[in-house]
Amino acid sequence: MLREITLGQYYPAGSILHRLDPRVKLIGTFLFIISMFMFETLPGYVFAAAFLAAVIYLSGVPFSFMVKGLKAVVILMLITVVFDIFLTPGEPLFSFYGITATKEGVELSVKMVIRLSFLILGSSVMTLTTTPNELTDGLEKLLSFLRIFKVPVHEIAMMMSIALTFIPILTEEADRIMKAQMARGADFENGGLIKRVKALVPVMVPLFVSAFRRAGELALAMEARCYRGGSGRTRMKPLVYKRRDRLAYVILLAYLVIAVIIA
Amino acid sequence: MSIIVNHLSYIYNQGTVYELKALSDVSFKIDDSEYIGLLGATGSGKSTLVQVLNGLITPSEGSVYYNGEDIFERDYDRKQLRSRVGLVFQYPEHQLFEADVFSDVCFGPANLGLSRTECELRAYEALKMVGLRDEDFYVSPFDLSGGEKRRAAIAGVLAMKPEILILDEPVAGLDPGGRDEILLLIKRIREETGMTVILVSHSMDDAAENSERLLVMHEGQLLFDASPKEVFSEYETLLEIGLDIPQVTKVLRGLKSMGVQINCDAITLREAKEEILRSFGIR
Repeated sequence: MLREITLGQYYPAGSILHRLDPRVKLIGTFLFIISMFMFETLPGYVFAAAFLAAVIYLSGVPFSFMVKGLKAVVILMLITVVFDIFLTPGEPLFSFYGITATKEGVELSVKMVIRLSFLILGSSVMTLTTTPNELTDGLEKLLSFLRIFKVPVHEIAMMMSIALTFIPILTEEADRIMKAQMARGADFENGGLIKRVKALVPVMVPLFVSAFRRAGELALAMEARCYRGGSGRTRMKPLVYKRRDRLAYVILLAYLVIAVIIA
Repeated sequence: MSIIVNHLSYIYNQGTVYELKALSDVSFKIDDSEYIGLLGATGSGKSTLVQVLNGLITPSEGSVYYNGEDIFERDYDRKQLRSRVGLVFQYPEHQLFEADVFSDVCFGPANLGLSRTECELRAYEALKMVGLRDEDFYVSPFDLSGGEKRRAAIAGVLAMKPEILILDEPVAGLDPGGRDEILLLIKRIREETGMTVILVSHSMDDAAENSERLLVMHEGQLLFDASPKEVFSEYETLLEIGLDIPQVTKVLRGLKSMGVQINCDAITLREAKEEILRSFGIR
């Protein structure tokens, strides 16, 4: 019943993008986002679209999955479009109950829609080709310089990845407990708001009990293996740049240079 | 009070990359008062099957008839069904939530819309049936021992007075003493009430000891539907699909391979004893 809630966004497909170092993908997404704010003219957008299309093609993820991410921001886009069209000063196009749409506004709103959808698509490529744990690893490594300022980077990353691992586990547990209570005649689908909230008590109590139990067990298991935080800790799969990662950086750099020239 | 399962299939996450076929074309019929063992390796589809029988998940294909009625018809009362087909989940003690054992057992009957007196009567009866002591009725379920918690959870289902009792690995994670207690308890409940029992199990010995009929699942398909003796004569096939034969049957097979003139179809301890005594000419 709760199975429909996705386990992160990851789409397993083993493409070259999937195998790239997460740091490359994080930095790449970041650069792509910056470039989107540099472009003001048509050639820029065409160039970005071509780059994005190439990356999506390489990722091996069906385009329909990418579009799913776009659906979530349709409302946001609509609001932006309405505000841009009517609130940008300039040459008037038509009037509507005293508010005026302008030519500049229409131009701006088209630009905003293109920007927003490219942004979403660009970051979807990253989340669809990288597991949440890889992402945390990449972030930890990228931000490790913050340690100089006494930011507990490793601890934060560890908390993030534990939280991420627990999401599917607890979802499954909640699903099981719900079914177990339904087998005892519990009803989660009918009745008013208060009745439905009350009906969740038999699910929440066992779920909390089990979450605490699991957390305790995990802490014990970590201590039994002498975990004591980040300093001096080595990894089983250390993040090392390979040839393809360096190549990807070169491509990204080329993209950035061309983007600056066009803009 | 029969259950008819007709060409049942179930697919998890249909239409996504995580698609998984858990049941494929399973058909069988269960009659009144049978004691059925449902065997299969991990991931063979046992748990999915019992959830379908309880109307908790809707099959992708096929149908289930309870007393001649299709339980997945739009207007079929599945809540009523769940009171008649009782399902005890794996590790049922994880579903306990009330402040005391007695109220927790009342949860099921109360959901059926019974009066308070009737709920309490049923709860008392069920708790007595599973053999919990009176002084444990009003303690927090979290203060009970593992075996007691499990018995309290089973009582929670029994209090709904089901006609069919399905137990998904009811002895998983218990010590040998606790296991025997639970299995004996199930046997006794069945004798007292005459309910149909479906016992999902990993243990060949438990299945051989108790069941009158075995259903063996393998990769979502029903591989065997036969008496324990017939099923356990298929030693090689069982090994292949990650199952086994009872310990005592193994002993008999060992004796035979050492040249003893012996019949290997005994599956319970008692039968094996008789057979060994007979073959050595003692009786």
